[in-house]
Amino acid sequence: MSEFYTSVDHFALVPALMLALFGCAVLLFDFFVFPAPRQRKWLILFLALGIGFAALGLVRQYMFLSSEGLAEFTAFRGALTIDGFAIFFNGIFLAASLIVALVSYRYLEIEGEHHGEYYGLILLANCGMYFLATGTDLVTLFVGLELMAVCFYIMVGFLRFDKRSNEAAIKYLLLGAFSSGFLAYGFSVMYGLAGSTRLGDITAALAARSAWDPLVFLALATTAVGLFFKVSVVPFHMWAPDAYEGAPTTVTAYLSVASKAASFAFLVRIFLGPLISAREVWQPLLAAVAVATLTVGNLAAVTQTNVKRLLAYSSISHAGYVLLGLVAGNPTGIKGIAVYLLVYTFMNLGAFLVLVALRRRDILGEELEDLSGLMHKSPVHAVLMLIFLLSLAGIPPTAGFIAKYYIFWALIQAREYVLAAIAAAYVAVAIYYYFRIVRSMFVSEAADREPLASSFGLRLALGVTGLLTVAIGVYPEPWLALAQNSVLLR
Amino acid sequence: MLHPVTTTHYLVLSAALLAIGTIGVLARRNIVVILMAIELILNAVNINLIAFSRHLGHVHGQVFAIFVITVAVAEAAVGLGILIALFRTRATVQADEINLLKW
Repeated sequence: MSEFYTSVDHFALVPALMLALFGCAVLLFDFFVFPAPRQRKWLILFLALGIGFAALGLVRQYMFLSSEGLAEFTAFRGALTIDGFAIFFNGIFLAASLIVALVSYRYLEIEGEHHGEYYGLILLANCGMYFLATGTDLVTLFVGLELMAVCFYIMVGFLRFDKRSNEAAIKYLLLGAFSSGFLAYGFSVMYGLAGSTRLGDITAALAARSAWDPLVFLALATTAVGLFFKVSVVPFHMWAPDAYEGAPTTVTAYLSVASKAASFAFLVRIFLGPLISAREVWQPLLAAVAVATLTVGNLAAVTQTNVKRLLAYSSISHAGYVLLGLVAGNPTGIKGIAVYLLVYTFMNLGAFLVLVALRRRDILGEELEDLSGLMHKSPVHAVLMLIFLLSLAGIPPTAGFIAKYYIFWALIQAREYVLAAIAAAYVAVAIYYYFRIVRSMFVSEAADREPLASSFGLRLALGVTGLLTVAIGVYPEPWLALAQNSVLLR
Repeated sequence: MLHPVTTTHYLVLSAALLAIGTIGVLARRNIVVILMAIELILNAVNINLIAFSRHLGHVHGQVFAIFVITVAVAEAAVGLGILIALFRTRATVQADEINLLKW
């Protein structure tokens, strides 16, 4: 351990190291140890080990923070900051990665594209997310973002011989790389203004200038464009429905929750960090973007017949609710963002997992009519889907209600009554299109007799997501305490 | 008499490159050209970083620029790989002919 790599640095880096090491190990083992297709499921064990060690690292960081009574500690001379916020979000990413890996085995076999790299990519993407949630340096954040994004480009195009997957991947890549360019441009301006790449220094440098300073505005505008693309809010949402529809369903599930949560963690760090002094500029902008996102996401979802695409638009509208938490900007709002993303992760993953189970040989299982009569064919899946949809719509006693409750409460505390009213009105629209799926499941006749795909991983993942979606709704206190811990530090 | 090249000159050049790159991404139809336009944007970033680095007299910006170059290469490699996969199933690299997924 030298002055460039102290034990504190190591302590802060352990989860990312584990993810990267196991990610590379999976790639090597896939090539040298498990070359036969039948053995590839053992790679999931490796992935689970990697995630386990990373989670252990997170728990040790959490114990350290709470035993020392610290709010945060920094490593690598301020390039990484471990605080409650980072640990909370990293927990979400690890859970999402594990759940997605568990269900992918069966799904990719059906698609005929079960390759070991997939699990390596999940771990490496998760490593990128780690740096997005913990990074407090422009370079760290940018490289972390790109590590995650490049892994996702490959995963979205994982079905190499499927036209839709190819198309989704190229669209996602072009718009993703374009937005990264804008983001990097914003970062370069921030660096020029502050003469440092540390977020703390940039915050101080920007605070010394007027919020309407043209260079500050340039940094804000280009950074915001990049970030808005990443979290897919209007008017930069166009890639999301295409990428979500064309990607393998397991990847869609991962993309819609983990990538979105990571991008929001990143967005919150930037907006409440360096850009906090320009708040009077971005707050109305963000409010307008959030309302536009709610409008487009909810109204476009109404007419969709492809359930993956419908859920894509619904996830756009959820991004609008999360942004509203940032518009409110008070502690309740930030806590609301954390709770919302936690809840959203499990309920949205669950909804996509049901679609994964519907994918069988010769049946794509992603159109609305493929879900019809699900109640008669497989009541368990139908009831689980009902729970996830109720939660997505925000109806008590499911977790989605708690999530929306905090966002609305934050808006009311901030006296943004109009925004709260608009957000509440769109819940009604959302109920309408979620219940189109419910009606199809419970009222219509079954479209086919083919039983649903099943595997141990799929049953476990559905069970866990379903249980958590109900549990967070019925007994939210421990989860709220966790989220509370992530906000104390701001 | 020649005027010395100042940081402002570099920043204007960089802003112009950003604008050209953006127009390229939005207006061109060939995906290879769009990828090149994205490279232009990232090089605008690099010029910005190097100019600020020289102006401020420390190396942080140059280090950042090296990371940006690395990331640009990784993106281009993956992008061309995906483009080849797309070309094999579609036999086109024109963005407006790739329209299986509709809004």
